[in-house]
Amino acid sequence: MASVAQTLESGSSAAIQNDESIVVRFAGDSGDGMQLTGGQFTLSSALSGNDFATFPDFPAEIRAPQGTTFGVSAFQINFGSGAIDTPGDAPDVLVAMNPAALKTNVGNLKPGGLIIADEGEFTARNLTKAGYTVNPLDDGSLNKWVLVKFNISQLTLDAVKPFGLGNKEALRCKNMWTLGLALWMFDRDRQPMIDWLNGKFKKNQVLADANIAALNAGHAYGETIEIGGQVKRHHVNPSPVAPGLYRTITGAEAVAYGLVAGAQLASMPMFFGGYPITPASSILHYLSALKEYGITTFQAEDEIAAIASAIGASYAGQLGVTSSSGPGIALKGEAMGLAIMTELPLVIVNSQRGGPSTGLPTKTEQSDLYQAVYGRNGDAPMPVIAARSPSDAFDCAIEAVRIAVQYMTPVMLLTDGYIGNAAEPWAVPDMSTYKPFPVKFLDHVPEGGFKPFSREEKLARPWVKPGTPGLIHRIGGIEKQIDTGHIDYSPANHQAMTDIRKAKVDGVANSIPDQDVCIGAAGGKLAVVGWGSTYGAIHQAVSRARAKGLDVSHIHIRHIWPMPKNLGELLHSYDKVIVPEMNTGQLKTVLRDQYLVDAKPVNKVSGQPFTITELEAAIEGALA
Amino acid sequence: MNDMTTIAKTTPKDWETDQEVRWCPGCGDYAILKAVQRTMPELGVSPEKTVFVSGIGCSSRFPYYMETYGFHTIHGRACAVATGVKLANPELDVWIITGDGDALSIGGNHTMHLLRRNLNCQLLLFNNEIYGLTKGQYSPTSQVGTKSPSTPFGSVDRPATPCAFAMGAGARFIARAIDTNKNLPSVLKAAHAHQGAAFVEIFQNCIVYNDDVFAPFTEKANAGPHQLWLEHGKPMLFDGGKQGIALDRKELHLKTVDVVDGDWEAAGVIVHDVKNRSVAHMLIDLRLVDGFPIALGVIFDDPRPTYDSAVIAQNLEVSKGKTPDLQSLLAKGQTWTVEKDNTVFG
Repeated sequence: MASVAQTLESGSSAAIQNDESIVVRFAGDSGDGMQLTGGQFTLSSALSGNDFATFPDFPAEIRAPQGTTFGVSAFQINFGSGAIDTPGDAPDVLVAMNPAALKTNVGNLKPGGLIIADEGEFTARNLTKAGYTVNPLDDGSLNKWVLVKFNISQLTLDAVKPFGLGNKEALRCKNMWTLGLALWMFDRDRQPMIDWLNGKFKKNQVLADANIAALNAGHAYGETIEIGGQVKRHHVNPSPVAPGLYRTITGAEAVAYGLVAGAQLASMPMFFGGYPITPASSILHYLSALKEYGITTFQAEDEIAAIASAIGASYAGQLGVTSSSGPGIALKGEAMGLAIMTELPLVIVNSQRGGPSTGLPTKTEQSDLYQAVYGRNGDAPMPVIAARSPSDAFDCAIEAVRIAVQYMTPVMLLTDGYIGNAAEPWAVPDMSTYKPFPVKFLDHVPEGGFKPFSREEKLARPWVKPGTPGLIHRIGGIEKQIDTGHIDYSPANHQAMTDIRKAKVDGVANSIPDQDVCIGAAGGKLAVVGWGSTYGAIHQAVSRARAKGLDVSHIHIRHIWPMPKNLGELLHSYDKVIVPEMNTGQLKTVLRDQYLVDAKPVNKVSGQPFTITELEAAIEGALA
Repeated sequence: MNDMTTIAKTTPKDWETDQEVRWCPGCGDYAILKAVQRTMPELGVSPEKTVFVSGIGCSSRFPYYMETYGFHTIHGRACAVATGVKLANPELDVWIITGDGDALSIGGNHTMHLLRRNLNCQLLLFNNEIYGLTKGQYSPTSQVGTKSPSTPFGSVDRPATPCAFAMGAGARFIARAIDTNKNLPSVLKAAHAHQGAAFVEIFQNCIVYNDDVFAPFTEKANAGPHQLWLEHGKPMLFDGGKQGIALDRKELHLKTVDVVDGDWEAAGVIVHDVKNRSVAHMLIDLRLVDGFPIALGVIFDDPRPTYDSAVIAQNLEVSKGKTPDLQSLLAKGQTWTVEKDNTVFG
């Protein structure tokens, strides 16, 4: 795209620049409502038919001390007329609501990019808090960018004056003023935002009116000559997509809806045991509002009770589900072993975050792969699936349910903080196209007598609801005898049962599709192998490298354990394999172990997603 | 909770499994198992609608010996698993079998919350004041000075009082019994009759690692002066009616009084009221070392609405008039339609 600054110098105030894609980053204090501004701007992008990807980036503190750099909350959106896979490497436009927001975000702004700063917040006090000794708006230090500054705080106060709000309340409308300006800049319709504000504040019309006034004032400010000469308007054409019904969806919503869909396809009521933890809590929130779908949600006293209650519910004949993030998953480890040992279906969602320990609660990382695949005592095999994007999480959740009920096993679904919070457009799926997999409970004594640990062709044992006459039996975490399930510590039996549990989970590979190649050929010079939320960045980087004529393919693995049956052969068909991951090389290790392939790691553990540029460099490096 | 009319009559034999019982010879667990198997036929419940859930420890092997559905879970988590079982199918009659280490040490948190929530179930805590299965370490209920492999010079920390813990957690039914005592079945029946979480502490003798720890009040010779069997509406008498429990009104605590010629009223003996929470607190705290008998039987029984019924009721209430329609759920909120010519309608 042409940079915003270029149009600034060349265009007339009336012209609207056409762009392929633009990256905007809204940054402010955590109390400034930047996530709300970003969310509404996202909706506006959707309604304009743009493809987009977003990246909410906020601190762990709910209300960090005002004006500090660690209290900065940001929301980045990349929208365009072509396919958008990532929230964008570097913003074209940075909206900085205070000095701290400027300080923490300007470094990543594209050279020549546009800074819109609220100079009303650049007070001596706020400058000191952000660590500035002189005001960067005045000292020329921002010369490589285009700086537009005005007193958004004062302009907002003026705009909402007629509504008689207190100073603090009035300043809360700043984000809507900013949104209004952004809507003007990007040639957007204001009406959906006005409708949304009326809905949001329907119990307080004064607040609705004040916010609408702020929104209109921001828009009008752009229209007037006051900044007309400095900031140009941009138009991004709709992205050509398949016709149909669309909505925006975050990964957390997609997981919740996917679990509901999975339960319906399995004809099962769902029991969800959860315990609050960032960034996984929203799944509990969504599901707790959907009781009419046969969902019971249970906010347990701790992570262990959350999974243990879900196991109890599965035992009693419902679909048990639990969800957490790394630290909580660690606490659930022993109970996962119980589900493996008793062979009960269970879905465990892990919304990964930066670790170890408390780590970076609100930042994203993919460092729980070892934990998912290996992190239990004993030989405790468990299927693991990883979602690549917010919308992909829907299908992955359904797949996790399918494997759990068909194989009588716990299944872990991996997402991460980025997938959970980020939004993207989603073509609403037609549920009639999904194949149901209804659960059949054993409800009678089969020919030859009832054996609670007998096996069918998938090696799954029968699922019996307590309450069923004639099928009374006991289960537990102690090693059990083949078929009968009675306690049995004998050497040959333990060997046999361990082998069966492994064979059963290995057999899941028979029910999953072969590994495909997302872009490029099967076989060649270089395969970039990814999993999870690095999908977008890898996809773009490989596309760009191929456009430059490089022989590189993108492979993205959904089934982390067991892996698709053709994966080893596929990987060996490339001269080189690199594995970009937001960890220190976990999938790389598994691939090396499973296939003796010389996979090389490309790692980033900064709490921030890969940029496309970083991966392009890695690809070029590998082929150099 | 059970419809008596449809339940086939059972005998104690019907509640026994074919599994070999693997407790040490002479263990108090045998007596408890027999008492439970003897009690079940009198409760009007059917084996297939009954689930025993246990944690880890000697006591937690219990489900293997009951001819019912059973789940031997992991250490400390029986209460949490049982909560899922009951919420998933409230028609099941859920019994939790646990011990002093299982319920009060590693699983203390779950015990507290099960009682606080008031899940409709029976919780039998076999208290032997020792870790038996791990070969004899002191437990959270061991008396100060207990010598064990991990406390060779005697334990120094003060023990928890299980019933006081249950009271503090908000339990609405609290009872005590002794493994070999003939009153155990009647306590179990009362626990089962209670709608809500019924907490029963059973003093259970560990013949190998803590033998006779309860003998000061369980031995035949000691039973009379040291066992106070409570019965609702009856005076709190013990020692063959020669002594009773009265309230010291000045100091506001319980005291023992002599009863002359059976005239307990003249002696000021209190009549047991299972709904009196304040007195229940005081009864639980009576200690042998202070010259009191141990309060046994149903100490407190004052039902409140159960957690499972509240969950089910809310699930039904908020689902009223709503038809689950996944397709429209997926299309909820702000949507837009892209036409073939790529125009967008919000």
